Formats: sequence, C-alpha cells, structure tokens
Amino acid sequence: MNDAPLLVADKLTKRFGGLAAVHEVSVKLYRDHIHAVIGPNGAGKSTLTNLLSGDLPPTSGTIRFGGVETTGHTPESISRLGLGRSYQKTNIFLPFTVWDNVRLAAQSRERHAPWNPLRWLQAADKLQAVNGRCERAIELAGLTHRARHVAATISHGEQRQLEIAMTLATEPTVLLLDEPLAGMGQAEAERMVELLLKIKKDHAMMLVEHDMDAVFALADQLTVMVNGQVIASGAPTDVRADPQVQAAYLGDEHG
Amino acid sequence: MSAAKAQLETLPRSVQVVLMAGALALAVFPLVPTQSSDFYLQMLTQMMILAIFAMSLDLLQGVTGLVSLGHAAYFGLAGYALAFLTPADTPIALWWSLPLAAAGAGLAALVIGFFVVRTHGIYFIMVTMAFAQMVFYLFFDNRALGGSDGIYVNFRPDATALGIDLDNKTHFYYFTLFVLVGVYLFLRRVLFSPFGRVLAGIRVNEHRLRAVGYSSFGYKLAAFTLAGSLAGVAGYLWAAQTGFVNPELMGFHMSAHAIMMVILGGMGNFAGAIVGAFTFEYVLHLAKDLTKHWQLLMGGFIVLVVIVAPRGLLGLADKVLNRNQESDP
Repeated sequence: MNDAPLLVADKLTKRFGGLAAVHEVSVKLYRDHIHAVIGPNGAGKSTLTNLLSGDLPPTSGTIRFGGVETTGHTPESISRLGLGRSYQKTNIFLPFTVWDNVRLAAQSRERHAPWNPLRWLQAADKLQAVNGRCERAIELAGLTHRARHVAATISHGEQRQLEIAMTLATEPTVLLLDEPLAGMGQAEAERMVELLLKIKKDHAMMLVEHDMDAVFALADQLTVMVNGQVIASGAPTDVRADPQVQAAYLGDEHG
Repeated sequence: MSAAKAQLETLPRSVQVVLMAGALALAVFPLVPTQSSDFYLQMLTQMMILAIFAMSLDLLQGVTGLVSLGHAAYFGLAGYALAFLTPADTPIALWWSLPLAAAGAGLAALVIGFFVVRTHGIYFIMVTMAFAQMVFYLFFDNRALGGSDGIYVNFRPDATALGIDLDNKTHFYYFTLFVLVGVYLFLRRVLFSPFGRVLAGIRVNEHRLRAVGYSSFGYKLAAFTLAGSLAGVAGYLWAAQTGFVNPELMGFHMSAHAIMMVILGGMGNFAGAIVGAFTFEYVLHLAKDLTKHWQLLMGGFIVLVVIVAPRGLLGLADKVLNRNQESDP
C-alpha cells in the first residue's frame, strides 16, 4: 500500500450536453488494493469506468497510468499499458468457444513480427505462450470445465467469469470491473468474490458494484457517487457511518 | 446451433468430400472430349476467375464483417494494369506482371482503405461504393484511359518461363485452376492464423476486441489491402483471358455480383464463395439462354436461396449431409 499508485485520475469531468455525468472525480488505484465505487443508478459509475479505460474521452481532467499520461488515448493503447476492464453488460464473443474468447484476448499481448512472412500463416492455436496465458486465465477464473463450450451456451454467471478470464488473459496491472456480480445468484456471487480476492494481490482494482455484501467483503476503500459527484470516500466502515451517505444511498437498503 | 457453426469455419468432413469431388471434376474436365468443349473450357475458366474474386471479397464480407460494395474497383484496376503494361507488339512476362498488377490493386486498396475502414455498417457500404464509382468514372470519362469503350489487351501474358502457353485454352484453364486452389489454401491458412482470428473477432465484437488491446484499424486496413490485391489477381486473369477491359469491370454490377456470390455460397469460409461463384454464373448462363428477362429470373433465384438456405448453399449441404449427427457431443 505504500508504493506509488498505478493509476491516478485527477478531477475528471465528463459532460453530455448540459449534464455532468461525472464531475471532478479523482481516483487513485494501488496494487493489492480494491477501490469500490458505489452509488445509485445514474450516479456516473460506468461513465467513470469508461473515462479511465478510454472508451470515452473526458471533457476535462487528467489520467495518468504508470507515470504515462493517457488522457484521451484510445481504449486499445490504454489496454496495452496494462489496463483490463470488464463490462456491466456482458461483452464477449458469443459465437466463439470459451477457449477462443480467452485465447484471442491472450493473443493481443503476443509480440507480432509483421516483417516475417513465415509467421503470418502459422496456426493461431499453436502459439505456445498465448495458449499458456489462456489456460492460466481460464483456470484462475474457474472455467476449465467449460473451455470447449460456446460462450453463448454457458450460464450468465459463467459468462461473467469469462469476462474476467478475458481480462486476466491480457495480464493487466490495473483492473476495472463494472458490476461483475450483476445478475448472479448467491452461489455464483460467492465464487466471484472468492476469485476477486484471489487475484487482488497482483492487481490494482476498481470495483463498481451494487451488491453491498460483496463490497464490504472486498473493498479496502469505498467511494460513494451521487449525480456524478463523490459525496464520500474512505475506509468502508467510515463511509458506512457517514450520515450523508446513509441518507443518499445506503439508507434505502440498510436502514 | 451456434453462430460459429453457422459460419462453417471448420468444414465438416462431408462438405470437404464434396469440395474435393468438385476440384477433381475440374481437374479432369479438359481430359474428357465433348462437342463444345472449347466453349465450356472458357466458361469454367471464367467461373474460376470469378471464384477467386468472390473469395477475396469473402475475406472482408464473411470473415471481417465488412460488406464492400466497391470491390470490383480492384478487380478492374489490375485488368487495366495488364492492358496498359502490354505493348502493341509483344507480350509481357507473367512472372512479374501478375505480381505487379496485384500489388497495384493492393496499393489502391491501401489508399482507399485508409479512409473507408474508419466507417462502420451502412456507411462502410456507401463509402466503398462511392470510391469505386470514382474509379469507374475516372476511366469511363477519360479517353486517355480508354473511355467507355475500354481497351484491348494486345497479347496474353507470356508464361513460357513456367512451361505454360497461355494462348492455349487448356493451359490457361489449368493455370487458373492452380491459382484458384493456391488462393483458397492461402486464405484458409489466413483464416486460422493469428491475423485471421482477429478479423473474425472484429466481425463478432469489434468493441470488445479493442478493449483487450487490438488496434482494429490496422487489422481492417490490412484485410482490405489483402482482399484488394487478391481481387487484382482475379482481374488480371480476367483481362488476360478475355483480351479486353472496360469500365464495366469495376462497375457497380460487378461489385454487387460478387456480394451475391458470397451470400449464395455461404460466407466466411472461402469454400462457399467458390460454390457461390460457380452456381451464380451457371444459373446466369441458364437464365440468359431461357429468356431475355433473365435478370428477373436471377433475382427470384437469389431470393429463393436466401429463404431456403440462409447459410448459403454450403450451409444447406452441411444441413442435408449431417442431418443425423445433430447431437454429436
């Protein structure tokens, strides 16, 4: 926790017309540290994730990733710096097998040799390093028994696990997880929490989540957003006690 | 059941057998003496050339999910390249002029692709068509480029270095068959290469692909360029065979025909494009013999196939041949 933050976002603002979906939000992400972001629907949590991953350019503010300024960079270049993200709505290659989904993600980190025509036509599934990364990610995500299944045919919970596996296959240092537990049953959710704890050590993580049990089980730091603004941030127990937070958000469920 | 199977990327054994039989039939056809063998030899050669053209489009349309309505531009440009390269008094060598014409078509695709692959969906269709129309009218309105009448290819390319006489119809036929098989095997390798897997990923979910770190622009541009140069190979052969090029070769109809061939045969596996090209041309031939309203007949045929076989003729063959193996694990 003492080392420098891997990702620093400073006063990020995103406006859609007159609406500030995200207003001057600052975030720091550290290795072996889970930063949970909660807030009611429309609070700007997903927009914040999209700003950090490059899916959306911020209106103002800066993002630094491992010392490199990435404000306004494309998603693929930010991904290559070591950022992995999952999506709120399951975003996978549905017609491909689980293996091919993860393999494709793993292949993105393969050094290409475009000057060597002999490498153009080799079979993609013979790339040993890629297969190794793919296998590790699938095993870590607990999907080994599903590897040969077509992604469209596995359960919703497994598809969420697949999202994580694809993200892990790129061997990121920073993970942005947008509601990884959305739509999961109790048992599936518990398995996902276990998985996140397992991978926490090697990653800096930002977790957007609605499941309060999971958030309090996982988070080292908790930020509460309402209407695009941060109304509280700090240790989960402190934030939980904050009267403003209770009024705005937690009050509804944990009254 | 799944969409991956619908794409039929991995051809089932039964379909492979059918394709092998077809290739064999093409290989022995010239050995069988028939009454009008010269006519059919030329017709089959033309079908094979169009099959190469359709395969090049399938790389964009079926594999990458980019429907180009201007693919004939690269086909025609390579044909014109041969026409302009051939002097009035002597043939030029095949070994350098074919690669040069293909490279020229590829270069045009690279330049045009630089602008068009940034667009998506319907805009991609419109912009590819617009560029192809620009190329079409560049030649159509320009006397120096042959104008609307087109120009003659003075001599068939010289391939004696390879022991082939392209003025001999049978030689030309076998050379085209050789190129067809070569391009097919090449594209099948590309399909399962790391590059091809990324192209398939672009078709399925480009957004996700970028999120795991791929620059989809570079991949799409590479695919567009490769498809353009392979279309050029087909266009070169076309010009060499017919001895004549005109702007129609890069016209809207030519582009649209290629799209229909790919849909007709089945997209995304190259074998379908071959089947589609042969079927399309054969039905066209029958329809033209039958009535002067052949276009109506042709349209009806396409509609029928799309309804009966939404995965193309190859998909239909797969369904019929593998009806009993639906439940294999």
